[in-house]
Amino acid sequence: MNEVIQGLKLMPIDYYIAFCSILFVIGVIGVLIKRNALVIFMSVELMLNSINLLIAAFSVYWNSASGQILVIFVMVVAAAEVAVGLSILVVTYQNTQSIDMNLLKRLKE
Amino acid sequence: MEKYIFFGLSGLAIFSAIMVLVSNKPIHNLLYLILCFMAIAGHYLLLNAQFLAVVHIIVYAGAIMVLFLFTLMMLNLNLKLELNKSLMARIVAFVSGLLLLVTLVIILNGLVIPTPKTATTQIGMTRDLGQVLFSEYMVPFEAASILFLSAMVGAVMMVNKNK
Amino acid sequence: MKTLTALVPLLPFISFLVIGLFFKRIPKLLTSVLACGTVLISFIFSIILFVDLKNGGTATNVTLFDWLPSANANIGFSLVVDQLSSLMLLVVTGVGFLIHVYSIGYMHDDEGFNRFFSYLNLFVFSMLILVMGSNYLMMFIGWEGVGLCSYLLIGFWFKNQDYNNAAKKAFIMNRIGDLGFLLGMFMLYIQFKSLDFNTIFSQTGQFQTGDTFITIATLLLFVGAIGKSAQIPLFTWLPDAMAGPTPVSALIHAATMVTAGIYMVARSHALYILAPTTLLIISLIGIATAIVAATIAIYQNDIKKVLAYSTVSQLGYMFIGLGAGAFTGAMFHLTTHAFFKALLFLAAGSVIHALGGEQDIRKMGGLKKKIPITWLVFLMGTIAISGIPPFSGFFSKDEILLHVYVQNKIIWALGILGSMMTAFYMFRLLFLTFFGSFRGTEDQKHHLHESPAVMTVPLIILAILSVIGGFINIPAVFGGASSLNNFLSPVFGTTQTSAPEVSHGTELGLMAIAVVGALALIAFAWARFVKANRIPAGEETQRYGLENILYHKYYIDEIYNLLIEKPILFLSSLLHKIDVFVIDRIVNEFGSVTVWLGARARLVQTGNIGFYLVAMVLSIVAFLVFGLMI
Repeated sequence: MNEVIQGLKLMPIDYYIAFCSILFVIGVIGVLIKRNALVIFMSVELMLNSINLLIAAFSVYWNSASGQILVIFVMVVAAAEVAVGLSILVVTYQNTQSIDMNLLKRLKE
Repeated sequence: MEKYIFFGLSGLAIFSAIMVLVSNKPIHNLLYLILCFMAIAGHYLLLNAQFLAVVHIIVYAGAIMVLFLFTLMMLNLNLKLELNKSLMARIVAFVSGLLLLVTLVIILNGLVIPTPKTATTQIGMTRDLGQVLFSEYMVPFEAASILFLSAMVGAVMMVNKNK
Repeated sequence: MKTLTALVPLLPFISFLVIGLFFKRIPKLLTSVLACGTVLISFIFSIILFVDLKNGGTATNVTLFDWLPSANANIGFSLVVDQLSSLMLLVVTGVGFLIHVYSIGYMHDDEGFNRFFSYLNLFVFSMLILVMGSNYLMMFIGWEGVGLCSYLLIGFWFKNQDYNNAAKKAFIMNRIGDLGFLLGMFMLYIQFKSLDFNTIFSQTGQFQTGDTFITIATLLLFVGAIGKSAQIPLFTWLPDAMAGPTPVSALIHAATMVTAGIYMVARSHALYILAPTTLLIISLIGIATAIVAATIAIYQNDIKKVLAYSTVSQLGYMFIGLGAGAFTGAMFHLTTHAFFKALLFLAAGSVIHALGGEQDIRKMGGLKKKIPITWLVFLMGTIAISGIPPFSGFFSKDEILLHVYVQNKIIWALGILGSMMTAFYMFRLLFLTFFGSFRGTEDQKHHLHESPAVMTVPLIILAILSVIGGFINIPAVFGGASSLNNFLSPVFGTTQTSAPEVSHGTELGLMAIAVVGALALIAFAWARFVKANRIPAGEETQRYGLENILYHKYYIDEIYNLLIEKPILFLSSLLHKIDVFVIDRIVNEFGSVTVWLGARARLVQTGNIGFYLVAMVLSIVAFLVFGLMI
C-alpha cells in the first residue's frame, strides 16, 4: 500500500480547489434550504471537511507540516462544536418537541 | 492512475454530499454523509496524508457520526420529517449558493499558483506529524485538550440542567 | 486701619458661613452670640474708623486683591472708608446690631432661628460691601447681595404662598432697577475705562454741566436707585415686602437696604451735580413718591403697611433732598430715618408680638397701659418722624426742605403738605393702636404682655437715638455747628451746594410753617381718633371717591397688572403656542421620522434564521464581488 501511494503523483492544486469549492457550496446550500437542525449540522460538517481537505492539499503542495496540524485542530474544534451543538439540539427538542430551525424565531420575542 | 482515483473519489464525495441534501430521512442523510467522509478520507490518502486520513475516519465516522446517530435514536427522529422550506425559499437559497460558487471559482481562477516542488512528500506520515505537533504546536495542543474538556462539561451540563 | 477696614465686612461674613453651614447643629445661644457679636465687633471697628476720620484722618483705601485684571482697567476687590461710607457703616452696623439683638427675642420660638440669623448676617455683609466698595462693581455686588437677602428674608416663612409671591415681586422689581444700574455702569465704563470712584470723579472736570452723556448715565443709575429705594414707579414691592419678619422690615426695608439708592446717588454726587436734568427728575419722582405714599398710608389699616408706606414717603424726601443738591441733608435724613423708622418697626413688632401676630390696627387699641415701654418708644418715633422739634426728624427734614425752598417753591409746598400728612397718618396709627379701648379678642387681651428685655433694650436705645439724633447736625440758626456738614465736606466738598442763602428769619419761618402744620394735623388726628373714637371701616365697607382710590392704593397694582402683566402673559402664551406648535413640532417630527424608519427597518429582523443565512451568504458574495472589482 505504501508503495502504491508513494507511486501516485500529486494532482494539480486547481483540481482540489475546484472540488473543495463545489463541496463547500453544497454545504452552504444545505444550510440554506434545510429546516431540520440535524441536517444543517451535517451540512456544516461538510463545509468544514471541504476546507480541511483544501488545507491538507495545500500543506502537501507546499511541503509544510503546519497545514496538516491545522487540520487536526480544526477537527478538534469541530468535534467539540458537534458535542455542544447536539446537546443544545437535545435540550431544544426536550423543550419544544421539534428540531425545526424556524422555531428559533421565538428568540426574537 | 491517480487521475482516475481522484475523479472517482471526487464524484463519490459530491454525489453523496448532494444525496445528503436530497434525501428526507435523517438516517439516510447520515449514512450518505459517512460515505462522503469516507471519500474525503480517500482523498487524504491520495495526498499521502495517512495520519489525517486515519484521524478523519476515527473522529468523523467514528465519533461525530456516532454522536449524530445517538441523537437521532435518542430523540427518535427517524421519521420522514417534512421540515423543508417553501419552494421559493429553496430556489433563492440554491441561487445564492450557486452565486457563491461562481464567485469563488472566478476568484480562485485568478490565483496564480506555482507548481509544487516535489511530487510526493513524507510530511503526512504519523512520525513526522507527531514530531511537529509535540514540539512546535505543544501549547495549542494542550489548549485543545482544555477545549475538549470544557465542551464535554458544557454538553453534560446543558442536557442535565433540569436535575 | 487697613486690617480694621477689611475686618468690618469680613466678620459678619464668617458668622454667616458658620451659621449657614451648620445651622442644623449649633444651638440658638451660640447663633445669637455669634451673629450679634460679629456685628457688634464690626460696629466697634466702625466707630474706631469713624473717630479716626473725625479727628482729621484720611480716607482708607484697601485693595484686597485684583479681582478682574485686564489691560484697560484693573478692577480690584477694594474697599474704601471715607466720611460718607463711615457714616453708613455706623448706621448699618449700629442699627444692624440693635436689630440683631432684638431679633433674638422676636424670633426666639421660630424653627428657622439659625437660618434667619445666617441670612441676616449675609445681609449685613452685603450691605457693608455695598457701602464700602470703592468701585461701582463692588457696589453692585453688595447691591445684588442685599437684593438676594431681601428676597430670602421676605420669603422667610416660605410655607405661605403669598409671602413667596411678595418675595418674588420684590426681587423682580429690583431686577428692573438693577438693569438700569448695570447699563449706567456700562456707560461709565465705556467713557472712563474704569469703574473706580476716584478715577471717575477725578475726570468729571472735562464735562460741561448738562452733558448729555452724563445725564443719560446718571438717569440709568437712578433707575437702579428707583428699584432699590422703592420710588415711583417701582415702589409697590416695599409694602408687600412686609411679609417678612418684622426685624427684617426694620433692618432691610426701612433702615438700610432701601437707602442704598440714596447712598449710591450721594456717592455719585460728582456726576449728578453735572446733570441738572437728572436732578430735576429725581426731585419730581421724589416728591411724587412722598405725596402718593403718604396719601395711601392715611387709609391703610395694617400697622406694618402704614410704616412701609411711610418709609416710601420718607425715601421720597431723601430723593427730594438729593434732587435739590442737599446731599448732606439726604444723608442726614437717611441717618435719622434709620433710627426712628427702625424704632417704629421694632416697636410695631413688639405690638404684634404682644398681640400674638395681629397686625390690623382696627383690632388693637388701648395698649398704652398694657405695654408701656413699647408705647413710649413708639411715641418717640412718631414724634420724630412727624418733625416736631427737637426730635431728630425735624432737623433732617427741615434741612432738606430748606434746600428745596431755595430751589423750587412748588416742590417745597408739596413737601410741607406731605410732611403734614405724615404727622397725620403716624398719629392716626399711634392713636388707633394705643388709645381708646381694646378691640381684639378676649383671648388676646389675657395674653397681652410687654416684650422681654432683649427686645425692649434695643427699642429704648433706638428711642434715645431718635430723640437726640438730630443734634449731629444742628443748623446755624439754632447756634449749631452743622457738624455733619463739616464732617462730610471732604467727600461732597465743593460740589455740595453750600448752605442756602436765606436769612435766619425766613429759615425760622419755614420751620414754623412745617411745625405748625404738623401740630394742626396731630390735633385733627386726636380729635378724630381719640375724641370721636372713630375706627376705620372694615374690609367689606363700600368706599367712595378719593377714599376708595386711596384705600386701594391708587389701584397701582391693578394698573400694572393690566398694562404690564397681562400683555406679557399674552405674549408669553403666544410664544408658548409657537414653541409647542412650531418648534416642538419640528423636533417631534424628527423623532417620529426616525421611529417610522426604525419601524420599517425593524421588519428586516424577522427572526427567521433561514433568511438571515441567505442574507449572510449574499453579503459574502457581495463582498467578494466588491473585492474582485477593486
